Amino acid sequence: MFFLDSIWLIPMFPLLGAAVMLLFGRRLEPQHDQGPPADDHGGHGGGHGRPAGRTLVNILCPGMVLLSFLFALGAIFQLQSVEGHSYEVVKWTWLAGLDSATGMGLNAFTADWGFLLDALSAVMILVVTGIGFLIHVYSVGYMAHDGGYYRFFGFLNLFLFFMLVLVLANNYVLLFVGWEGVGFCSWGLIGFYFRKQSAQRAATKAFLVNRIGDAAFVLGMLLTFTTLGTLTFTEIGPALEAGGFQIENPWGPLSLLTLFFFIGACGKSAQIPLHVWLPDAMEGPTPVSALIHAATMVTAGVYLVARSSEIYVLAPNTMLIVAVIGALTAIFAATIGLVQYDIKKVLAYSTVSQLGYMFLACGVGAFWVGIFHLYTHAFFKALLFLGSGSVIHAVGGEQDMRKMGALKDKIPLTYKTMLIGAVAIAGVPGLAGFFSKDEILWKTFSAHQYELYALGLITAMMTAFYMFRLIFMTFHGDNRVDPRTHVHESPRSMTVPLAILAAGSILAGYVGTPIVFGPVHDMLPSLEHWLSSAVVVADAGEHHAAILEWGLMLLSVSLALLAIWFAMKTFKTDRYAGEPMHGILGKRCHQLFLRKYSVDEIYDRFVVKIGAQETGSQLGQIDRKVIDGAVNGVGKLTRRTSSLTIFGDKWIVDGLVNTIGYGVKFFSYPIRMFQTGMVQNYVLLFVIGLGVVAGYFLFE
Amino acid sequence: MSEHILSIIWLTPLIGMFAVMCLPKENKRLIRYVANGFAVLGMLVTIPLIRGFETANADFQFVERIDWIPTIGAQYYLGVDGFGYIMILLTVVIGWLSIWCGWESIQKRVKEYYAFFLFLQAGMLGVFMVLDVFLFYVFWEIMLVPMYFIIGIWGGERRLYAAIKFFLYTLTGSVLMLLSLLTVYFKHIEQFGAASFALEDLMRVAAFSSADLQFWLFWGFFIALAIKVPMFPFHTWLPDAHTEAPTAGSVILAGILLKMGLYGLVRFAMPLFPAGATAEFTVQAIVVLSIVGIVYGALVSLMQKDWKRLVAYSSVSHLGFCTLGLIALNPNGIAGGMLQGVNHGLSTSLLFLAVGIVYDRRHTRAIADYGGLANRMPVYTVLFAVAMFASAGMPGLNGFIGEFTILRGAFEVNIWWAACAALGIVLGAAYLLWLFQRVMLGPITNPRNEDIKDMNLREILVMAPLVAGCFWIGLYPKPCFEILKAPTAKLVERLDPGYFSRNGLENPLDKYAQSKVATLVKE
Repeated sequence: MFFLDSIWLIPMFPLLGAAVMLLFGRRLEPQHDQGPPADDHGGHGGGHGRPAGRTLVNILCPGMVLLSFLFALGAIFQLQSVEGHSYEVVKWTWLAGLDSATGMGLNAFTADWGFLLDALSAVMILVVTGIGFLIHVYSVGYMAHDGGYYRFFGFLNLFLFFMLVLVLANNYVLLFVGWEGVGFCSWGLIGFYFRKQSAQRAATKAFLVNRIGDAAFVLGMLLTFTTLGTLTFTEIGPALEAGGFQIENPWGPLSLLTLFFFIGACGKSAQIPLHVWLPDAMEGPTPVSALIHAATMVTAGVYLVARSSEIYVLAPNTMLIVAVIGALTAIFAATIGLVQYDIKKVLAYSTVSQLGYMFLACGVGAFWVGIFHLYTHAFFKALLFLGSGSVIHAVGGEQDMRKMGALKDKIPLTYKTMLIGAVAIAGVPGLAGFFSKDEILWKTFSAHQYELYALGLITAMMTAFYMFRLIFMTFHGDNRVDPRTHVHESPRSMTVPLAILAAGSILAGYVGTPIVFGPVHDMLPSLEHWLSSAVVVADAGEHHAAILEWGLMLLSVSLALLAIWFAMKTFKTDRYAGEPMHGILGKRCHQLFLRKYSVDEIYDRFVVKIGAQETGSQLGQIDRKVIDGAVNGVGKLTRRTSSLTIFGDKWIVDGLVNTIGYGVKFFSYPIRMFQTGMVQNYVLLFVIGLGVVAGYFLFE
Repeated sequence: MSEHILSIIWLTPLIGMFAVMCLPKENKRLIRYVANGFAVLGMLVTIPLIRGFETANADFQFVERIDWIPTIGAQYYLGVDGFGYIMILLTVVIGWLSIWCGWESIQKRVKEYYAFFLFLQAGMLGVFMVLDVFLFYVFWEIMLVPMYFIIGIWGGERRLYAAIKFFLYTLTGSVLMLLSLLTVYFKHIEQFGAASFALEDLMRVAAFSSADLQFWLFWGFFIALAIKVPMFPFHTWLPDAHTEAPTAGSVILAGILLKMGLYGLVRFAMPLFPAGATAEFTVQAIVVLSIVGIVYGALVSLMQKDWKRLVAYSSVSHLGFCTLGLIALNPNGIAGGMLQGVNHGLSTSLLFLAVGIVYDRRHTRAIADYGGLANRMPVYTVLFAVAMFASAGMPGLNGFIGEFTILRGAFEVNIWWAACAALGIVLGAAYLLWLFQRVMLGPITNPRNEDIKDMNLREILVMAPLVAGCFWIGLYPKPCFEILKAPTAKLVERLDPGYFSRNGLENPLDKYAQSKVATLVKE
């Protein structure tokens, strides 16, 4: 089992690439990296040309990811013959030795550098390495004119290392290493254009908002260990069984620990109320947005919940919270997405919204559907982001859709692929998004969460609408591009990944066709079946009539088509004048969405300004005034007291001493007369003395 | 030779001090070489200690015991267990680096500077190995003198205020500690009829003294240690001393001096007065002070305008984690607390070294005077980032291991302790990342920084061992836990007899005893 035994190598390849880049990369740049240009120009930045050292970068970094991808394929191929589709490789013990008493009596605390390949991590590593590779190739073209090339690829490779550690870890603590590691890389890449103030701010913000989730994650791990006595994934199930845990209603330790993990997931996957960092994260270069902030890292929260599905199913209260937060985030972000002008911001809010869908699926117990949507979403969202990057590249760094338009004939390949992506996410039958999204809606409906179903349905409509608003504003209508810009199609290295992702966006959904498709469903591979060995797949429960499922499918599809038609009618005009969304939403609603419900301002005011900065200043004052005041006061008091004693010293004690001194001085006067300091006198005295002594002995 | 290894270790820097004092004042170069040579020698002489130290053995090793002042029962009594061992290793390394880091920046009174540093080094090493309480007090106090002069002579603008504040603060605590020590000492005479300052003799007094008495004695001792740690609200000497001290002084202060407070707790205060340490009020008070310290230190740190002061306040926050771990009174908490002490020594020393590097170039510590350093100092930026993430508890680096172990310890006792302390995880990242953003990122805001030089080789080499240490503990902390395990178990059994058997845990001490018996049988 060569590939299975070397699954630990899968993350190591990108680590090697990252190490080479970050340690020696500077030497590969002919002029030392003086930082990249201040703006994300996409194509029109510094214009360094293509130094020879870059060829090495271009081969090494994507090559390492390709190696990971191939090893992943090999390992998954071999995994199919392993019983239970699960294989663990433990390299070395990381944290161990200090045992704790736990509720379970099991107490050997260990967290290894151990890797687990099972059905769930198999799906994840394919997505991460496959899409990661395509995005690396794309970046070769996209970043060609930027400074800091090695730094970009170093961080990107490092990101893949941590992401692969995250999905391959066999325990929560190692997963947390990956979890924080991807956060670190995300920080480094959002702030890639580090001279830009907005980029630095976005980077810091992303890291800090994530940290809130991370703190909860740590507490979740601690509670898991005290409750179950283990943090290793394969031991969780047996521990639950051995402990005789039942479905917890109302609250118990399992509900609490799953809630902690979910708060962690909210941070990483940008769910309400910790969603604020993701739209700002678009400050990073577009390939980063595609890879980290759409396809992989932000889905880590969904992965975490699915990974812990055995515990989640015992905590119905947490599940409900997960579903509600998911659905609310989905619709909340979609409304904001309706009115954005920045092409990347539309996609960012769309990502938040789609992540909400994934949590909705997990929350209603359909974990595999959450992973299914994660997997299809990775294709079309990466495609859309890369496509938007290609557009930005073409129009010379412009991101405002009001300054685009009529691009479809100038950059036809980008147009076609993005159109496929938009159709896929909108839920048009036959493409990837349709299958996964409809499955989520159906599972929500069949779990009797009708309110959540309604929210999901409305969100689906909005998704179709804002996505086609984007397509029509960018590619159709009148040409609003700055006439000085030379619009050009992107190089091969960028368009080929687009084409491959477009193919994926069409085909990816066929591993999860609905059961009502009958023979088609039976013929195609089933992701549900594959994942059933790794995540809890609830039985369908009561069986609904097939006709109901068909009916709901028809409903959602027709709503999506209606939304597309409406978007076309509104935005495919020859002249873009005014703001059509004003009329549709009404002025106040439009303002509310445009201001993103003012969440950022509220957080900034109450959490950052008052909660942290003001409090910090006030506490600093306490230090200076109260504590140091007391200390200095004691010092002063001591000095006062001592000046009193000095008075006493001077006149009483010193007076006595001085009197004695004067007395001695007075009476010593005759003696001092002899001490003249002149050698002759001393010699004279010496001779006299000698004479006296000699005389004494003589006359004795 | 090896039976006197502890004496050799602490006397080496002292001999170095005399050697430096004999050198001509004008030959600064020679002085630097000799001082650094003795610092390196100080590390080399620990090799027999490292080779001979038995980690599984909780008893004191390399014991040296000679009568010193027989009339009062004071002895020259040295010995180490895991706690002392790990601190001695930390001291020789940090001591060496701090002596090395002043190579260029110290230009006035070079001879005195190195003499004081070597003297300080000897004093610190002494504290970590003495087992005679009287001698401990001597070492503890004598260290103040060189530190006072280092801050007062080579410090910043407000150095005199800082030095006096440092000295008086610490001295005040010491008086209370002395009172506690003398009470125990006389109690011992009363009980056993013999005068002794030996730790194990005085530990026997606990069995004959009331919980009330132990409580007061513990607090007398504890306040001295709390000032040294420093815990909220005894911490205000620290920002001043740290800020005004020269770089090497700050490194020693953060890296080692603060750890003496922790060490004093586990070596003397807790074992001498177990009932005092485990009293409900004590535990609750220390937990509250620790958590307040964590949050308070972080929040105050966030708003500092002085770079060094910011790092100083971060120490208050980090040490809050350490004391929280110790007072959890279980193996995870105590071992985690001590390990976090080591971690803080590594990462905060790095941060202070980093501040020192730009201070040497620009002679200002104001954050506002910097900005965009990453443009000119890429190597510096990377090393600073490592220190920052180590300090902020990024997994894979050392800070996480300590924090996580402490939180495990705290969590076992009370979920709320861990939950409150977890707030420190968020805030800890906040002040550091914001600092990083302001000084490193962006365009160069101050034209005077345009031609600032990146780190030179010596500066990189000074930081390299610490960076390596951060990664090593972060990726493979097992050796450190192995060292701490046995003394931790011994301490826990002292404070809470039967802890291991009651919780169904294996006692590392029994395991060692069994293995010892097994080897004896084999022989």
